[in-house]
Amino acid sequence: MAEKVKIQVLRYIPEKDPDPFYQEYEVPFRKEWVILDALNYIKDEIDGSLSYRWSCRMGVCGSCGMMVNDIPVLTCETFLEKYLPGPVRIAPLNYFAVIRDLVVETDGFMEKVKRVKPWIIREEEKPAAEGEYLQTPDQLSEYKQYSMCINCMLCYAACPVVGLEPKFIGPAAIALAQRYNYDNRDEGQKMRDDVLLSDDGIYECTLVGECSVVCPKHVDPAGAIQRYKVTGATEWWTSVLLPFGKK
Amino acid sequence: MPAYERFRPKPYHSKISIFWWIKRKPYVLFIIRELTSIFVAIYAIILIIQIHAMAQGPDTWDALMISFSMPGSILLHVVILIFLLFHTFTWFKLAPKAMVLKIGKKRIPGSLIIAGNFIMWILLSAGIAWLVMSA
Repeated sequence: MAEKVKIQVLRYIPEKDPDPFYQEYEVPFRKEWVILDALNYIKDEIDGSLSYRWSCRMGVCGSCGMMVNDIPVLTCETFLEKYLPGPVRIAPLNYFAVIRDLVVETDGFMEKVKRVKPWIIREEEKPAAEGEYLQTPDQLSEYKQYSMCINCMLCYAACPVVGLEPKFIGPAAIALAQRYNYDNRDEGQKMRDDVLLSDDGIYECTLVGECSVVCPKHVDPAGAIQRYKVTGATEWWTSVLLPFGKK
Repeated sequence: MPAYERFRPKPYHSKISIFWWIKRKPYVLFIIRELTSIFVAIYAIILIIQIHAMAQGPDTWDALMISFSMPGSILLHVVILIFLLFHTFTWFKLAPKAMVLKIGKKRIPGSLIIAGNFIMWILLSAGIAWLVMSA
């Protein structure tokens, strides 16, 4: 078995070079290491200037998403062994502006998430004295899958539409919108429609389907978007066929 | 803008090549799937031509049928058939993404929805074949 593995990291150091370049490092191979361990080894032992984000090391915080051999993955749950004999190419997430090395700009993504109003909207709030909004396990199962998103942005890096149409609201934000649309306590779908049925919304999606493939939490954003398309089309036909019906 | 912003280095925006899809198989398959719609459109035009010829009378129809039996035309039809089959298979495979159907509280598995689509396709094709054969 290989004792050393070559790791090629795409580096961007704006004050030195206006363009990113690959830098090669050699790290020892350990069977129990994930890609993030290799990066931590580089930072601790070889080159302290390497920048990247990470936090929880257990696939929950969604910080350590990177392109590994052109596929977006969470580096904390992707084993180095999978890429033997190497070299392993690590680059920042596709389609995001790069701040430094493997660190990407997340503001645009956060803005998109905010635009879909990801919170429970009520036409009228129940007074606190009346108690909480109740929900059965079946009602929970309607949206639970969509609530598992950790905002790791891997789906954006897998989606060519996000790259080609930067205004596209994107897979995670739409799945999050559906998380609230399918919640029986929520009454805000009409407000979300304004964003999601607009030009930047669901109809930008051409169903490449890779967002769902790379999702580490099995949220299936592609499914969420297609279901929204069905809802959108149904609503449109209803409004055409029953113009005086219920809005 | 906060004062420190001017010290912030410029983020790097990568450019997307028009060949972005060539590097990975799922993207190549996606592009082929999208291109198949051109062949769907071509065949729709061929159908319109056929209906038009039928409306013109037997002479035009016979002339069209002779032109259809040329090797070039047969080749074109074979190519269209291959792309149409690819189109149908890939879209049927994606159908469960958009269709969440339930019996009572249980979600119908995606494989059944795909199978349902194929069965409908076969039944409709058989129905049309029967109409054509019995005419």
